Amino acid sequence: MSTTATLAWREFRFQRRMFWRNPTAAFFTFVLPVFFLILIATVFSLKQSDLNQLVPGIAGMAVMSATFVSLTYNLVFIREQGILKRIRGTPEPMGSYFGGVISNSIWNAILQVVIIVVLGHVFYSVPWPQDWIELVVITVIGVAAFASLGIAMAQAIPNFDSAPAYVNAIFLPMLFISGTFYSTDHLPRAIAAIASALPLKHIIDGLYGALVSGKGLEHHVPAILVLLGWCAIGLFLAVRYFRWE
Amino acid sequence: MPPNAIEVRELHKSYGRFEAVRGISFEVKRGEVFGLLGPNGAGKTTTVEILEGYRERSAGEVSVLGFDPDHAGMELKQRVGVVLQTMGFYPNATVRESVEHVAGFYPSPRDVRETIALVGLDGTEDKRARQLSGGQRRRLDLALALVGDPELIFLDEPTTGFDPAARRTAWSVIRRLKELEKTVLLTTHYLDEAQELADRVAIIKNGLIIAAGPPSELTPASASYRVSYDGDGGRVELETDDPTELLHRITSEALARGDRLRNLSVSRPTLEDVYLELTAEEESAAVTPESVPT
Repeated sequence: MSTTATLAWREFRFQRRMFWRNPTAAFFTFVLPVFFLILIATVFSLKQSDLNQLVPGIAGMAVMSATFVSLTYNLVFIREQGILKRIRGTPEPMGSYFGGVISNSIWNAILQVVIIVVLGHVFYSVPWPQDWIELVVITVIGVAAFASLGIAMAQAIPNFDSAPAYVNAIFLPMLFISGTFYSTDHLPRAIAAIASALPLKHIIDGLYGALVSGKGLEHHVPAILVLLGWCAIGLFLAVRYFRWE
Repeated sequence: MPPNAIEVRELHKSYGRFEAVRGISFEVKRGEVFGLLGPNGAGKTTTVEILEGYRERSAGEVSVLGFDPDHAGMELKQRVGVVLQTMGFYPNATVRESVEHVAGFYPSPRDVRETIALVGLDGTEDKRARQLSGGQRRRLDLALALVGDPELIFLDEPTTGFDPAARRTAWSVIRRLKELEKTVLLTTHYLDEAQELADRVAIIKNGLIIAAGPPSELTPASASYRVSYDGDGGRVELETDDPTELLHRITSEALARGDRLRNLSVSRPTLEDVYLELTAEEESAAVTPESVPT
């Protein structure tokens, strides 16, 4: 077990180094959410209540893009490049390898949430988190749900060239119905129902609770259950349909 | 320690109704370079991938260093190096980073610098994999397979796409592995490569081994020697198992006629002749199992 953990740590450091070697991935992960935050806040010269909605929304978007989007691309890439096949021929435990690959995405998600929260406070007067435990719990469960869905998604994508089409078909509509950029209090009922069944809205609501309203975790039990449900579905599909090549 | 690094008995592999491997048997001795030769789609890669544990067999017995690859764990992987054509590595990692990273998976790896030098990549340590030429990338594959200091190495078409100079380097690496008493299972469709490197070869076609033995002893079913010369009506070609007798007869006949046999030559058929004869589309070329030397 200790070897598996040591090798996972080593793999994580290697993955971090490779992440920074790929400027496109680094750009999309780190710059895009910040860019959206500044752009939307500036163009729409939002009132404080809108900013209080926008900052958790962008933080939720960052969780999804760092795990679901980037992790999916990464898994399709390492499969298509034959890297998975090579690793499988070496004695590196699969737990170490995937541990390193997945924690790389999770670390990006955590860094993103921190950056957005700090920028939101410094530039947009969003309060410091009211409920730190809630912030951590929602981030962790959200990351787990989207990471496992990302692994599952990668199995459905035939090749790297088509990956953006598949991923964006899910990512972009989910952004728009989940209250990323504006409050979704007045959505048509059918769309609101769809948004409530999907994970992103619950992450954003949870982050809003943690950052702004400070209502506490006990108000987000259904949200947490939905997120855990998606995590379980993602893991089941990922294991059931996993492809090495 | 069992004397054979690899033993394969009546191996079968089916994909749905298609039988890719139809009952092949062979063994690879320790320290031997064994060549698996055959046209595309013959079943070479399927066979090798079963031995490497990438695919499960449909039937038959397989032993690799005493392990069943379907149920072997880390211990087997620590002792085996694999080069497959479909394997890659991180394009943005440098040569040194890649070899160092993979070295960390093994309990007693080779020295990283020495491994890079062994495959002839010294001087490119700080280049990223994406900047390497095709031949250099295959050499990096080889370095990644060797850095764990395995005792058994699978090489799936290791020189495909190499220029002649890179092929020579790869060949010298494989000879060096033999000097280091490693066992090598090589698949190739280059006959000269098998002839040059392999102690024994098996020719595989349509999922069956149709001939096996040391390259020098594999001869066409027809005859072992070819004698030819320019006759009056063109080139005359004769085949025989006893060239001494034949040459004596035709040269004395020629001398008696006061003739000269122009461009007289005696040749052993090359592995290529054997290969072409055996893998020709006519089913008559198939060899019965009894005629396969073991």
